[in-house]
Amino acid sequence: MNVLKTDVRPGGYYDSIVLMQLQAALAELPGVVDAGAVMATPANRALLAASGLLPDEEVGAGPADLLIAVKAGSESAADEALSRVDALLVRSGGAGGEDYRPRSLESALKFLPEARWALVSVPGRFATRVAGEALDAGLHVFLYSDNVSIDDEVALKTRAVAEGRLVMGPDCGTASINGVGLGFANRVRRGPIGLVGASGTGLQAICSHVHALGGGVSHAIGTGGRDLDAEVGASTCRQGLDLLARDPGTDVIVLVSKPPVPSVARTVLRAASSTGKPIVVHFVGFAPPARRLGSLYFATSLAEAAWMAVELSKSDGAGGTPSLGEGESERAPGYLRGLFSGGTLASESLLALRNFLDPLHSNMKGDAVRSLETVSRSQAHTILDLGADEYTVGRLHPMIDSDMRIRRILQEAADPDVGLILVDVVLGDGAHADPAGELAPAIAEARRTRDVEFVVVVVGTDEDPQNLESQVEVLTGAGALVFEDLTNALSHVVDRLAGSVAPSAPQVDLDVLTAPVAAVNIGLETFATSLVDQGAEAVHVDWRPPAGGDDRLMAILERMRR
Amino acid sequence: MDLEQANKTAVEQMMAARPLLKGVATARDVIPRMRDGLILHAGPPIEWARMSGPLRGAVVGALLFEGLAADEAEAAALIESGDVEFEPCHDHQTVGPMAGVTSASMAVYVVENVTHGNLAFSNLNEGYGKVLRYGAYAPEVLEKLGWMNTVMAPVLADALAASSELDLRALLAEALHMGDEGHNRNKAGSLLFLKLLSPHVARVASPDVAEEVLRFLGDNALSVLNPVMAACKAMADAAHGVEGSTIVTAMARNGTDFGIRVSGLGDAWFTAPAQVPDGLYFSGFSADDANADIGDSTITETAGIGGFAMAAAPAIVTFVSGTPKDAVNTTMEMYEITETDHLQFTIPQLDFRGTPTGIDIRKVVELGITPRINTGIAHREAGVGQVGAGLVRPPMEVFAAALIAYAERYGI
Repeated sequence: MNVLKTDVRPGGYYDSIVLMQLQAALAELPGVVDAGAVMATPANRALLAASGLLPDEEVGAGPADLLIAVKAGSESAADEALSRVDALLVRSGGAGGEDYRPRSLESALKFLPEARWALVSVPGRFATRVAGEALDAGLHVFLYSDNVSIDDEVALKTRAVAEGRLVMGPDCGTASINGVGLGFANRVRRGPIGLVGASGTGLQAICSHVHALGGGVSHAIGTGGRDLDAEVGASTCRQGLDLLARDPGTDVIVLVSKPPVPSVARTVLRAASSTGKPIVVHFVGFAPPARRLGSLYFATSLAEAAWMAVELSKSDGAGGTPSLGEGESERAPGYLRGLFSGGTLASESLLALRNFLDPLHSNMKGDAVRSLETVSRSQAHTILDLGADEYTVGRLHPMIDSDMRIRRILQEAADPDVGLILVDVVLGDGAHADPAGELAPAIAEARRTRDVEFVVVVVGTDEDPQNLESQVEVLTGAGALVFEDLTNALSHVVDRLAGSVAPSAPQVDLDVLTAPVAAVNIGLETFATSLVDQGAEAVHVDWRPPAGGDDRLMAILERMRR
Repeated sequence: MDLEQANKTAVEQMMAARPLLKGVATARDVIPRMRDGLILHAGPPIEWARMSGPLRGAVVGALLFEGLAADEAEAAALIESGDVEFEPCHDHQTVGPMAGVTSASMAVYVVENVTHGNLAFSNLNEGYGKVLRYGAYAPEVLEKLGWMNTVMAPVLADALAASSELDLRALLAEALHMGDEGHNRNKAGSLLFLKLLSPHVARVASPDVAEEVLRFLGDNALSVLNPVMAACKAMADAAHGVEGSTIVTAMARNGTDFGIRVSGLGDAWFTAPAQVPDGLYFSGFSADDANADIGDSTITETAGIGGFAMAAAPAIVTFVSGTPKDAVNTTMEMYEITETDHLQFTIPQLDFRGTPTGIDIRKVVELGITPRINTGIAHREAGVGQVGAGLVRPPMEVFAAALIAYAERYGI
C-alpha cells in the first residue's frame, strides 16, 4: 500500500524548471513511486490530483506556496524523500561545465583571432580541404596529415607561395617556431642555428645534437618529405631558407633532406648560397663535391651537421665568406667558361658546379651535364677538358702548348654572354717552362676589351722550375684572381655566379617566425595540449569529417565553395 | 550568381525587417486566401490520415468552434467527406504554436514588417491547461476560445488602434536582456507586452473587462509568444526568395513531420519524420506520453532567437543539462551554422554579441550540427495538453535533402 505525503513551503519563487527537476530527483529516490512539486495554483493542484498526488484531505497551500507531494512504498521512504527537498533545491553554483569547443576553423578564429598557424592532422582524405580552408583564412599551415596526393601538395604549395604563406608538409612531423615545438619536437635551447628539413627525425636529431653540443636553435622549419621532389621543386624549403636568411636571430642554417634530384639540388643550393649565411648541407647519402663550397658546408652525417653548425655559430661574423680576392663588387653577370688543361681538375669542377649552374655543358659526360653541339663552340655555362682527345688531335697537349687555349680564351672573352673564365695552370717538370707568361697577355688583352673576370687555379710548388710565386705574380698582374687549390677557386665561382636567386613571389612575412606562436589545431588534440604546455596560444577544433563523410554531399559543398 | 552575397542579402533583409504589432482582426478578413472550411495547421503539409493526436484534436475543436460540426462524430464525418481543406499556416503568412490550428472565425494578431511591407499573422495564446493548441476541444476549451474571440480580441484591437505601433523587435531585444530566449521562456517579454498594452486597455475597456483581459494576459507567461512568432515570421519572410541563398527561412513541425524551407528554393518543403524532444516532464508524465515534435514556434530559432539565444536565458539552463556554461555553449554552437550575428538581438552574457542568425544549410550539413530548438512537449493524445518541455533537433535529412535540391536547382 503506497503512502502519500505532502509538504508545503509557504512563499517564495521557484522556476517551474527547477521544480520539474526537483520532482524528477524525488521520484528517483529509493522507495518513491511518484512525486510532484508545484506552486499550488488551482491549475497545478488539478494536475497533481490527476496524477493521484493530491491527498483527499485539505492541503493548506495557496498559489504562492510550494506544494511537494511524494507517493512512496512506505511512510519512512516518503519522509526520507521529503527530508531531501532542501538539499535537492540547492544548486551547485553554476561554475561547472565544459568550455566551448569550436567545431570549425572559422569559429576557432573567433576565439583566437591572432592565430597565425593552423596545425592540421586530420585524415589525409580531408587534409587538403582543411589546409585550403586555413589558407583561405590567411594562416600558415603545419600539415601533419599524410596520404595527401602529390598533385594536392603542389596545388597547396603553389597557392601558399603566391600568397606568402608557408605550408609545412604534408607528412611534416616536426617544426620549432620561435621556441615552440609544433607536432613532435624536442626541447632544445634557443640559439642562432636555424634549420630547414624535409626529414622530421633528421631535424629532431640535429636539434638534439646541437643542444647536446651546447648550441641552440632559432627555428626549425619542416617541409614535408616530398618537398624536394621534382614535382614540388623545394617550394617550402626555399621559403624556409629565405625566412632564415632574413631572420636576425639566425646566424647559421642547416639544411637536411634526402638527396634531391639534380635540378632540385641546384635550385636549393643556389637558394642556400644566396642567403648570405653559412649553410650546413646534409643531403643524406649525397656525395658532396667538397667539404665546403662558398658558404655551403657539406656534412656526411646528422651528428656532423650539428657539430659543423655549432662550430660555425661560434665564429664571429660567421656570415662572411672568406675570399682571396680584393675589390670585388657585384656578382658577375654572365656565363662561366672553364678551360682546363688538367682532366681531373675539369672533372671535379664539373661535379661541383653542376649543383649550382644550369644549363651546364661539357665535352665530358655526367649527370645533369649537357653535351655540346660542337666542341669548337661553348654554350651557356661550359667546362672543357682541353686535354681530351678531340682537342689534341694533331696538336700538343695544352700543358705543353698554350696556343689552343689562348685562342679559346680570346674566343670566349669575345662572347658578350660570358662573365667569368676559369683556367688552370699546371707547373712542374715536363710542363711548359712559363705557362703564366703565355696566358697572361691573352688575359690582359681580353680584359682590355671586356670586363671579363678570370679565375686561375695554379697547381705547383715553390720548388717547381717555373717558380710558383712568380707565376702567380704574372697572372695576378694580368688581372686574374689566382687560387692555389681548386675548392677555393670553385667556392669563388659559386659565390660569383650561383647566388642571387631573386624572389619571384611575395616573401613570407618574417613575423611568422618572430611573433609569439598562436595556432588553431585541427586533428590530434595532443598537438594543441602540447602547444599550451609550452606557453603558446592554441585553440583546438572539435573536428568531424565534413557532411559526416558523405561523398555526395561533400562534393556538392566543395563545388559550392567555388 | 554569388552565393555568399545572396546569403548576406537574405540575412540583412531578415535583420532589417521591423515587425510592428498593428492590430487584432478576424482571420477570414486579413489572412490571404483564408476561407470557411479551410483549416490552417502548424508545420509542413499533412493529410488527416497522418496527423498526430494533438493536431487531430485541434482540428476537431476548430470545426466545433466554427459551428461546422456539432460534435466529434460530425467533425470526423465532415473530414472524411473531404469537405475540410488543410493547408500549412506558413502558406498563408501565418504561424501558430503547437497544433497551430487557425480557422476563419478566429481572431489573429496582425504584424507588419514596416521595412519591407509584408504581413504576418498568428492566433491568440490561450494560456495553460486544456487548450486547443494541444488538441483539447472540451466545452470549456471552446468557451475560453469564445471569450478570447468576442471579449478579449475586440479590446486588444481597440487598444492597439489607440496605441502607437507596438515594436515587437524592440520588445524582443529588451526581453533577451531580461532572461528570455523568446521561445520557451517569454516571461519578461509577456510582462513587457502587458506593460505596453495596459494603459490602452484601461482606456478602451470597461473596468471589469479590462481587469479580466489584463489578468488573462498577465497570468500567461506565454501571452507574447504568438505575436513574437508572427514577428519572427515577418522577419524570416523578408529573407525568403533571394535567388541563390542557402539560408533557412522556415522550420516547422506538424507533429508527424519536420519541415524546412530555404530562401533560394522557393516554396518547397524538405521534410522528414519529426523527433520526440528530449526534456523534463511534468508530474505524472514521461517520454512515453510525448508526441513527436510539433508547432510553428521554431520560427523563433529561424529568426535567431529561441534555442539560438539560450545563453541569454540562464534560468532555463536545465533544458541543456544544467549549467550556465552549457547555455552559453548552446549559443556558441549555433554560431557555427549561421551566417552572422544579429544586429538587434544581443546577449549580455556574451558581451552583447548578436545572436546567431540565418541558418545556412551548407554549414549544417558540412559540420553535422543541426539547429538547437527549445520546445514544449505535447501529449500524444488529443486534449491532454503539455506534458513537459525540452530540447529537440531537426532531422539532418531535411538539410541534406535541401542541399541536394539546391545543387539540382542551380546546376552545381
